[in-house]
Amino acid sequence: MDKAPTIRVQVEDFDLQTEIDALTNGQRDIGAVVSFTGLCRDDKGALAALELEHYPGMAEAEMLRIAQEAAERWPLNGVTVIHRYGKIEPGENIVLVVAASKHRQAAFDGASFMMDFLKSKAPFWKREIRKDGSESAWVDARDTDEEALKRWR
Amino acid sequence: MVKLIYFAWIRERIGKSEEDIELPDNVKTVGDLIAHLKQRGDGYEVALEVPEVIHVAINQEHSQHSDIIGDAREIALFPPMTGG
Repeated sequence: MDKAPTIRVQVEDFDLQTEIDALTNGQRDIGAVVSFTGLCRDDKGALAALELEHYPGMAEAEMLRIAQEAAERWPLNGVTVIHRYGKIEPGENIVLVVAASKHRQAAFDGASFMMDFLKSKAPFWKREIRKDGSESAWVDARDTDEEALKRWR
Repeated sequence: MVKLIYFAWIRERIGKSEEDIELPDNVKTVGDLIAHLKQRGDGYEVALEVPEVIHVAINQEHSQHSDIIGDAREIALFPPMTGG
């Protein structure tokens, strides 16, 4: 990968098109860009917000390791990984991965791989803040997230 | 001295986000460390009740419970991650 991965951990929101433009800027040999945006979701109408905690330093380091691993496995021209922390309300963005490549399959696979590893390996933790003011609860990790890693072995 | 850092419900149950401690000579592995910390008080006992679910990072890299701690500067303990 010619271009160094863009890795950011931030409170602020991100803009998808701005990030894609920054990733593809000046490169004429990119034929495919795949992005995934993860949003804060409220299934039951009871969630006021998620509070995301992270491990400063390691979060960025782990996101970079995941991005570099993706770039070793697939011919990617560039990748961007952004994860927000702090209080995030339903409908707001939490995470973004973008993978650019010559052809679509590497871009699809690279983005999917990075998301699967982010879920289980990047040091972030979510806590639910409920509308009714009841005690907030840490979100449990899902076994399916750990299972998802197996398909990349 | 090694710096220990705790996150999410492990931090809440232990009641502090970080501390510097001197590790006894018999604490060689990550698993030894968890067993050692469990003896430091009620909060630790509750936080580390199920060692299998505790993730540990040495110098900001994921480790296994069988890994040797060596001359680690920073060791973090945290529950399964729920980002993304």
